[in-house]
Amino acid sequence: MIEWSIHLFTELLKTCRDVLPIAATVIGFQLLVIRRPLAHPKRTLIGFFYVLLGIVVFLEGLDMALFPLGSLMASQLTAPEFLGVNPASQPVSWLTYAWVYVFAASIGFATALAEPALLAVAIRVEQISGGTINAWGLRISVALGVALGLALGTFRIVTGLDLSLFIIAGYAIVIIQTYFAPKMIIGLAYDSGGVTTSMVTVPLVTALGLGLAEAIPGRNPLLDGFGLIAFASLFPIIAVLGYAQIAQWFSRNRISPNS
Amino acid sequence: MPLLKNPFIRQLFGSLLDLAPILAVVIIFQVFVIQLPIPDVSDLITGTLLVVLGLTLFVQGLEQSLFPLGESMAYAFARKGSLFWLLAFAFCLGFSAAIAEPALIAVAEKAANIAGTGGLIEQTEAAKDSYALGLRVTVALSIGFAILVGIFRIIRGWPVHYPIFVGFGCVAIMTPFAPAEIIGIAYDSGAIATSTITVPLVTALGVGLATAIKGRNPVTDGFGLIVFAVLMPMIFVMAYGLAI
Repeated sequence: MIEWSIHLFTELLKTCRDVLPIAATVIGFQLLVIRRPLAHPKRTLIGFFYVLLGIVVFLEGLDMALFPLGSLMASQLTAPEFLGVNPASQPVSWLTYAWVYVFAASIGFATALAEPALLAVAIRVEQISGGTINAWGLRISVALGVALGLALGTFRIVTGLDLSLFIIAGYAIVIIQTYFAPKMIIGLAYDSGGVTTSMVTVPLVTALGLGLAEAIPGRNPLLDGFGLIAFASLFPIIAVLGYAQIAQWFSRNRISPNS
Repeated sequence: MPLLKNPFIRQLFGSLLDLAPILAVVIIFQVFVIQLPIPDVSDLITGTLLVVLGLTLFVQGLEQSLFPLGESMAYAFARKGSLFWLLAFAFCLGFSAAIAEPALIAVAEKAANIAGTGGLIEQTEAAKDSYALGLRVTVALSIGFAILVGIFRIIRGWPVHYPIFVGFGCVAIMTPFAPAEIIGIAYDSGAIATSTITVPLVTALGVGLATAIKGRNPVTDGFGLIVFAVLMPMIFVMAYGLAI
């Protein structure tokens, strides 16, 4: 119990250090540059304390649940008993790991579809486009994009292909799409990449990637373990630009025969 | 008391909803595909409850301290602040928000452990701590810089894709020279750091600024800050990898 309280106390101190800069920025600029007193000093202070406590409890929970869950799924889905063959003794094709791709894709699809930030973006896009782009269609296409991205990312870990090839090719596609996409959608589409990587998804997906790189023979967590999040943040951009493009074509085709 | 309790319970429910899709997929896979009992179930359940509780406290705390304050300041600076103070605020906001992001704290620690077992750095607590902190400070500096450039772009009215193309060109040029061990975490770090704290504050700054400047459309000009914050750490972290 004493050990545990000491642990909690050191974590709390560490988190103080992490939260201090943002508190100093906001309060400092408020008092020194804008020169207005805080509107609700007590409420703000309690809020900062909640943030502090929240981070400590959240990180503790991550170490107990989300990180182990990601590595557990990685090790169970790559276990020789589960695969039916032993990859360590004989070379196997990438198709042997099919369930890994299905799992990664399911996680990507489910979390993206349920992401509140994405819902907000989708509604805003529907408004700007005057209804040409449908909010639901957009959410589904982003969710499919993230699913495809994570499946491709796990495929890359399994095969050990070069991460930068995929990501650079992905950004090249984004650049090409930018030239054809409706101009007003570009900023929003770009920003949607950061939207699907929430605080809950990131630890699980990171642990999954590291776990796969540890479990699959010939892979090294140091070289192959990271990179899944990069896929998950790149593909929504492609999906939003692509969906906007297709929606524009359809609405143009619908209008042109009449005019 | 019910007045104080209600938003908290609603938030608790919201956090549970955030976690639900992950839990659903994992449980479906465990029951139908893997068909094995989950080891350490009690730890997993306690951990999940802690995640839900921590997330609730965190978001609740943000909503009653940082968000109202940060957003009103973002609008205030966008309206009348001098260019210097606006840019200084943009940099500090980006930097300090990224330092406080819990997902980045957790993943940086993970990356330090991997680097330790992989023999990239010494296998001691001190070496790992300094590696993790170095990584986070690098990411935070790059996000501060990214927001500064993004704000400058909105003021100048440049199209959003020009700086992106330049940044992307840098990534493509630097990747072959950067150490292979750093590339994965470099590519991931930007997206990890643009999460619960950074996105709402930075979006408020961008949209506030685009609303305040005549002839700018908040929707077409106000967005496009987050993408710099995703791209810039790729460049900075690869440079950090070259430097150490």
